[in-house]
Amino acid sequence: MASGKGNKKKQEDSDKYSVLLPTYNERENLPLIVWLLVKYFGESGYNYEIIVIDDGSPDGTLQIAEQLQKIYGHDKIVLRPRPKKLGLGTAYIHGIKHATGNFIIIMDADLSHHPKFIPQFIEKQKEGGYDLISGTRYRGDGGVYGWDLRRKLISRGANFITQVLLRPGASDLTGSFRLYKKNVLESLVERCVSKGYVFQMEMIVRARQLGYTIGEVPISFVDRVYGESKLGGNEIVSFLKGLLTLFATT
Amino acid sequence: MTKLLEWLFAVSLVGVAWGLVTFDLLDFQFPAVYREVAWPMPVYLLVVFGCYSLATVGYRVATFNDCEEAARELQGQIQEAKEDLKKKGLKI
Repeated sequence: MASGKGNKKKQEDSDKYSVLLPTYNERENLPLIVWLLVKYFGESGYNYEIIVIDDGSPDGTLQIAEQLQKIYGHDKIVLRPRPKKLGLGTAYIHGIKHATGNFIIIMDADLSHHPKFIPQFIEKQKEGGYDLISGTRYRGDGGVYGWDLRRKLISRGANFITQVLLRPGASDLTGSFRLYKKNVLESLVERCVSKGYVFQMEMIVRARQLGYTIGEVPISFVDRVYGESKLGGNEIVSFLKGLLTLFATT
Repeated sequence: MTKLLEWLFAVSLVGVAWGLVTFDLLDFQFPAVYREVAWPMPVYLLVVFGCYSLATVGYRVATFNDCEEAARELQGQIQEAKEDLKKKGLKI
């Protein structure tokens, strides 16, 4: 009954949310993340579309996506594949070009970001009229699952150093579960040149520099259920390099 | 102003204040006790900041939420999703 009321409320709402899902070898996860997105958008009644940007996965992610499109409809699942791996920044640009929503949600397709938080992002955005909402693992009920002490220490340490050096006005800089106004994301993506973890950080730092308002919603981050995530020496070195670059240039 | 410049600016302000008191550069003739307090101040500040950093990071690592409940919920939903998708005709 709560959702019935919700539906009525949201039908008057002209806002549309485009979820960008960049994928590479996610045939296991893609149907699950899509199912969860459909479930939570359905329950909350917001208008949405899911844009799958597959970078030529050899595992057949695209074929799975085509099946999902048949199941859920061409208006809900939009396929915008690219021939090969071309990086996250250009995936967003590619996705934005085809997005019909006035808000864009970016998230990982590997199930570490749970769609149940999206309605909270949307409410938070409406409440404060924010330009972007960032999911945070570091505040309130936010947290992680599947991290050992070493990983937690690196994460907290890197976050602390970043907070001290950049004072970015947001607690989770390297997370990539966010909601943007479409024009805000467009203007940020244009300006951001970094790769990997630093890309997400640069987006927040530039957002603050440009005077955009940032809201935060605590999220639980469940580390990759399938496949494995890595955090090696290379990632740490490139993170520090990126951090210092931002320190000197923003 | 970049963050780097902000930092350099703040550090040089503190440095100048420290130099003024410690070496009495402008010949204010401060009492000797001022100088005694001032000259080791940069080291104290560094030590205090180091302790604060270690304590903060340590506390945050110790209180980093482990989302066991979220992981369990997700596992349950994955099963549910797989069954439902199979019913809807998804072939993996």
